Amino acid sequence: MTDHHSDIDSVTGKSTTGHEWDGIKELNTPLPRWWVISFYLTIVWSIGYWIVYPAWPLISSNTTGLFGYSTRADVAVELANLEKIRGAKMVALGAASLADIEKDLALLALARAKGKTVFGDNCAPCHGSGGAGAKGYPNLNDDDWLWGGSLDQIMQTIQFGARSGHAKTHEGQMLAFGKDGVLKPDEIVTAANYVRALSGLPTRKGYDAAKGEKIFAENCVACHGDGGKGNPEMGAPNLTDKIWLYGSDEATLIETISQGRAGVMPAWEGRLDPATIKAMAVYVHSLGGGK
Amino acid sequence: MNRTANPKELPLDDDNGPLYVAQKKVYPQSTSGTFRRIKWGLMAFCLGVYYFLPFVRWNRGLGAPSQAVLIDLPNSRFYFFFIELWPQEVYYFTGLLIVAAVALFLMNSVGGRIWCGYLCPQTVWTDLFYAVERLIEGDRRERMKKDKSSDPMKLERISEIVLKHSIWLLIGWWTGGAWVLYFNDAPTLVKELVTFQAPMLAYVWIGILTATTYLLAGYMREQVCTYMCPWPRIQAALTDEWALNVTYRYDRGEKRTSVKKAAELRALGQQVGDCVDCYQCVAVCPTGIDIRNGPQMECIQCGLCIDACDNVMTKIGRPKRLIGYDNDVNIQRRQEGKAPIYRIVRARTVSYSAIIAAVGGIMIYTLATRSLLDVNVLHDRNPVAVRLSDGSIRNAYTVRLLNKSGYDRVIAIDASGPVNATIHVIGIDSVTPDRPMIVVPRDSTSELRLLVTASVEGNPEKSIPVHFHVTDIGLGEVASATDNFVAP
Ligand code: SF4
Ligand code: SF4
Repeated sequence: MTDHHSDIDSVTGKSTTGHEWDGIKELNTPLPRWWVISFYLTIVWSIGYWIVYPAWPLISSNTTGLFGYSTRADVAVELANLEKIRGAKMVALGAASLADIEKDLALLALARAKGKTVFGDNCAPCHGSGGAGAKGYPNLNDDDWLWGGSLDQIMQTIQFGARSGHAKTHEGQMLAFGKDGVLKPDEIVTAANYVRALSGLPTRKGYDAAKGEKIFAENCVACHGDGGKGNPEMGAPNLTDKIWLYGSDEATLIETISQGRAGVMPAWEGRLDPATIKAMAVYVHSLGGGK
Repeated sequence: MNRTANPKELPLDDDNGPLYVAQKKVYPQSTSGTFRRIKWGLMAFCLGVYYFLPFVRWNRGLGAPSQAVLIDLPNSRFYFFFIELWPQEVYYFTGLLIVAAVALFLMNSVGGRIWCGYLCPQTVWTDLFYAVERLIEGDRRERMKKDKSSDPMKLERISEIVLKHSIWLLIGWWTGGAWVLYFNDAPTLVKELVTFQAPMLAYVWIGILTATTYLLAGYMREQVCTYMCPWPRIQAALTDEWALNVTYRYDRGEKRTSVKKAAELRALGQQVGDCVDCYQCVAVCPTGIDIRNGPQMECIQCGLCIDACDNVMTKIGRPKRLIGYDNDVNIQRRQEGKAPIYRIVRARTVSYSAIIAAVGGIMIYTLATRSLLDVNVLHDRNPVAVRLSDGSIRNAYTVRLLNKSGYDRVIAIDASGPVNATIHVIGIDSVTPDRPMIVVPRDSTSELRLLVTASVEGNPEKSIPVHFHVTDIGLGEVASATDNFVAP
């Protein structure tokens, strides 16, 4: 590199920076003064910033700045304000009965808005963000309810869950007829075809309806009721409709009858405050699935 | 642009010059004449509208703001006299922007950069700031002398400078103050501002606009027009040989010499121009250029050099408009001894006018016929469809009803499309089944969750259009929206 002051470009007569690429040299055209001054000012500004605001991480803490300002404290204040604004509305929500909330369009909108966010945070992992469910996780948009679909029943389920271990939880178990040796494999196949027939699905060749009826009467009626209409008291699904939680094909049914089913829904009482649980119940009911 | 001038008479652009030039301070001299009068008039008009419009009242009835022009950000409304716009109607602003842009093109194709010279806020405020400066420090010569003098500052000079900057800041402050009044009820805000009750944001904005006005009009001035504004670059592409531009008619001006010399030469029967090289046109120019060098990017077409030169021409008894709004075509024609022609009606101007008329017409039409009742429908996406226990299909929609009128309405909702469909709105126990009704308060929206259920039989398609009609059962006004009913 040459000393750029002595390196004069022969064409323009100006000094160059001395940088050279493939024989092309860069003219020394300084930045405008105002630009350079602004640049220095930003540096000065940033130093001031370090001093006034929290900036440098130390080993176990950080420099706190001159005034102890912290964005975290700011957020806390904002959140408190928000609570104050929302508080009154949530109190109104907590005071109203479930049925009244649904009839008051303003409360309904509030409950749906609140319910929707809480649902997204807590329920979506199992039931899907729109409540569409998945295999083994009920779709909350339809009209089939294991534990009942009235506002009160939905709220109860949210509060205490199903097989959750909570004292008031829904209990009820689908027995493992195959695993426990209650039914023989060919009887299970017959039972599977019987329940398919109940909801109008085709049965396999050689299926003996009379035998199916007998197996069902002896083993299943206790929970699923006469004719397989189900029983929300025990969470026993209706076997005559078009909705199947685990699937309606023969293989799935054989698996269900052989192994049993016992889906778990956690209890939300204690984890969510009562007004929020109320909002959730209204939200879920308004998804379209309520009865 | 068609350069019909003899190239030898025009200086070449200096491509070898420095990229950045330190600002040369311009000291425009005061002048008087037609264009100066037009500029004063337009300045008074523009500033008058800007400063006082927020105080104009408009009665919209109880509960609605009574300010004629108001940008109501918290409630997302824009009020302009009898017009009230909702966020859904931003396309009116799009239309307005299109009209504004094409109007600018039209102005440009008729009179060059006249927007810049007469109406641009930068010009208007800079002109005002110059007027203040002139009033306090005197005209061009005095200001130059005062700036150059190396005498120790006398008290008189200091007080002059302080006074000038105070008035500048005052104008800037008033400019910022007027700005925030457009976003709030003006009389209330003024009261709050003086009692320090106004929101912090208002003070911040006043501060910002005071600073920008002071800096842009007091210091940056013509630098904004030449270095910061994109318009001179664009307008060069929009102008054509018929566009009128402030032009030095060198067909009258060569050769330039003093009055006495010119008289002598004329007596000898020699060719001599009207320009007496008095530099008046340069002295008054707010961008500090010499228009006699031909069309230049810096020229904002303010016409002040026309006034200045006209005054000189009157004094020496030569015809006026040695500098005037003209184009190169005519200079060429005059040199060839032909009469100049001016063409305002041409393909370009006609098409611009047509676009303005079309867009403006559409806007006026839609504004006049727009409905004050509206409905938006959003289909649930997750899940798009649900199968019910009896095998039928249900789709859910979020329906938003907009009542833009000034009275509460009772709205009935119908849905049609899928065969044997039933509808249900969450929260409404329909008295009339399948035609739920709801009260939507004035100037507000209601969001509903609506379920459409239909059996598979008779609806074999995977997707069927479903039409939602909402009816004001009092006035019979109807609005509709269409979405789809889909099978899982
Ligand atoms: S040359 Fe004339 S018209 Fe152009 S900016 Fe200067 S004074 Fe105005
Ligand atoms: S003001 Fe007119 S006469 Fe004077 S220098 Fe300019 S063009 Fe020539």
